[in-house]
Amino acid sequence: MRAFDPQLAEIRFGYGLSPQVAAPSGIDAMIAGLQGPDTMADAFPVEPFDTFRLRMIEVAKAAEQRRKNRGTPKAEAAKKRRNELNAAARKDGLRWAGHVLLRRIWSPTAFRERLVAFWADHFTAHGKRGVIRRATSPYIQEAIRPHIAGRFDDMLQAAIAHPVMLEYLDQSRSMGPGSKRAGKKNRGLNENLAREVLELHTLGVGGPYTQQDVRQLAELFTGLSFTPQDGFTFRKDFVEPGAETVLGTTYADDTTTAPIRAVLSDLAAHPATAAHLARKLAVHFVADDPDPGLLAALEAAYLETDGNLLALYEVLLNHPTAWAPELTNFKPPLDFMSSAMRSLAVPEALLMRFNEKKMRRVFAAPLTQMGQQWQRPLGPDGWPEEDAHWITPQGLAGRVAWAMDAPEFILRVLPDPRRFVDTALGDRADDAVRFAAAAAESKPEAIGLVLMSPAFQRR
Amino acid sequence: MPRPLSRRAFLQRTGFVGCSLAASPLVTPVTFAATPWDARLVVIILRGGMDGLDVVRPYGDAALRTLRPTLGGGPDQGAHDLDGFHALHPSLEPLMRLWNEGDLGFVQAVSTPYRDKRSHFDGQDMLEAGTDTLAGVRDGWLNRMLQAVPGITAQTAYAIGHNDMRLLQGSADVANWSPEAQLGLSPQAQQLMDLVTEGDPAIHAAWQEAQMLAALEEEEAAATGKQRKGAHVRIAEFASARLREDARIAAFSLNGWDTHQAQRNALPRALTRLSETLVTLRQKLGRAAWDKTAVVALTEFGRTARENGTGGTDHGTGGMMVLAGGAVQGGRVHGDWPGLASGDLYQNRDLMPTRDVRAHVAWIMRGMMGLERNTLEASVFPGLDMGDNPHLLL
Repeated sequence: MRAFDPQLAEIRFGYGLSPQVAAPSGIDAMIAGLQGPDTMADAFPVEPFDTFRLRMIEVAKAAEQRRKNRGTPKAEAAKKRRNELNAAARKDGLRWAGHVLLRRIWSPTAFRERLVAFWADHFTAHGKRGVIRRATSPYIQEAIRPHIAGRFDDMLQAAIAHPVMLEYLDQSRSMGPGSKRAGKKNRGLNENLAREVLELHTLGVGGPYTQQDVRQLAELFTGLSFTPQDGFTFRKDFVEPGAETVLGTTYADDTTTAPIRAVLSDLAAHPATAAHLARKLAVHFVADDPDPGLLAALEAAYLETDGNLLALYEVLLNHPTAWAPELTNFKPPLDFMSSAMRSLAVPEALLMRFNEKKMRRVFAAPLTQMGQQWQRPLGPDGWPEEDAHWITPQGLAGRVAWAMDAPEFILRVLPDPRRFVDTALGDRADDAVRFAAAAAESKPEAIGLVLMSPAFQRR
Repeated sequence: MPRPLSRRAFLQRTGFVGCSLAASPLVTPVTFAATPWDARLVVIILRGGMDGLDVVRPYGDAALRTLRPTLGGGPDQGAHDLDGFHALHPSLEPLMRLWNEGDLGFVQAVSTPYRDKRSHFDGQDMLEAGTDTLAGVRDGWLNRMLQAVPGITAQTAYAIGHNDMRLLQGSADVANWSPEAQLGLSPQAQQLMDLVTEGDPAIHAAWQEAQMLAALEEEEAAATGKQRKGAHVRIAEFASARLREDARIAAFSLNGWDTHQAQRNALPRALTRLSETLVTLRQKLGRAAWDKTAVVALTEFGRTARENGTGGTDHGTGGMMVLAGGAVQGGRVHGDWPGLASGDLYQNRDLMPTRDVRAHVAWIMRGMMGLERNTLEASVFPGLDMGDNPHLLL
């Protein structure tokens, strides 16, 4: 029977080994680390969306000023103001990216950061137009992070009603064809969010739903909207009159969000959702082709505890296949970068001294090169899990170029590569890597070779 | 810690001595074996569901105005008349020359066998798998086509760009590359990378391919001088360069077709990328290669016949296939028109597909690569009935 292994806990369920942060002592410590105070979020803050919203209000004001005063110096000043606001948000967005990395580098319970990333990917969303494009970290901070050790239902409700999600999947302007507002403006329904809630967030594409359910759910969702001034709002004048039936259950009441909350709770409790989430979690943390026993255990735990995520993680961590010693999953680019920085124990002061341009050079541009543009997955299904997607010549080319350049650029003084082999790879250092680290022409190349070794790339 | 080996001892033990990088067959510029055919096939996956009804607008169908009161109409609204019934979206104006020369055509009302759930991801998987079910299918139809012909080398077919190209996945060798990837390593670091990754076959193979492709590209860049352009243009340039040499197949994606909202603004951006891609292929392939080329652009599904409540369209069924190249029968819109009247629509919402898009692709491969009909129907697109020849090629 395979059991807990502290190095594996860091590699498979965290962001790899750190030369300075101790690995968790056991499964209990990993679980406890999800419940304790959120020290990493306090140390490396990200602006919550509710504060970010003030930027949106300011941008909207500037736009209005510009419209009202067209052709005058006032309009020019308003334009300048808008550009400054956008530039500040762009700059802060990269600062938050730095903080996300620092949480991963310095967390004593890195499993928590992995789970935040996992659920943020499950509920992929980003703004599409204007300053809200920089609000992805604030969205994750507000809608995902507080719920990762709670009930799935609560996270689902928070994510679906969040302004960034409503914007991303076109919900905020969707109106019932029979609503008061649509009647006046000849506007109507948009199915996007309803479809993705069924397909991606809850039941899964193999789930027992039809086009009719998508349509009915889209009608039920009408009214979900937001404004910069108020954040989430429920627009009664957008609501499609009458009851809607989704998966055989009828939801009435057109005046409050109660039926929407009810349908989301019902979807969260559905057995198909349990199966969908069990598989996603197992594929992400254990293997592309997970053990059926693990899937069954996860599914049962979800249904028995009414979607308690902590119970799900306990099942996952206590399952023998979770501790199989072979590293099979391949780290996606962002996780590769994060774990490289953790292995180098990059200090806050060094990472945060970078201006926007340097942050792009060392972080955003190479990440795109490796195939994973920061917070911009191609679609609402998030980043692919299959290892084959990431093990490509162009992806490896991007990794090599970064691994041999960025550590020195960030740290200025690199660790001794011969020691680094052991701190970065632990028991998994082999003769080939040891040889390469000692034989390389330069320190940056030696460090890069260790980071490029399969023992570091896989988890 | 085990005693460190000396460099020489290690190289001897691993058989590394005498196998310098320059001698590796994967890095040295090699003259590849001649391919079994001369025709070139470029497959573009238009991800997100292209709205065929807005790209080639059937303005001759009276129902179009009613279904789409605010989306664009016919020649009276700036679209380019094609044949008195269809008009081309204004953003594709740069392609009118290709149309007039017979190097651009369309096939209307096509779809894969995928129905009803209208998921992008399943729709794309189905399009690339080329089957009528997703259960148990791991490879893609373009790879199965390669498996069916002899004499394929690792440089016959290229999957280009950062996107996963499932249609080229499978047991036949295929090259993967993105034009902006660069290595910039010392020769020694390259050797040591070989060594370090040797124990992991998947990583090792991808690494070796990266070295070879970076070398090819450096030659190219040295010969032509580099300029920064849109990613799609660089992909088209890279594809053209390879297709002028020994490559015969290239596949890549163009994204941005999921126009749920404000389609008037969103669609022109995607169309401009498509147009620039096709124009670049035409220019960079040169007349001789272009004349032997068929470009086929496919999308996972069309969009709703009616515009939705937010100036866009939702996921639909029947869609549009784009054909370009000197080898295709251009200057016309192929395929049967199902009509837009309410009784003619699929589920009273989408354009009714009148033919399986796989049949068109199969006929193109039959004409260009000379594949037997039973190979196409049994192996490449299992279970497909190709039906009559739609005469998409010259």
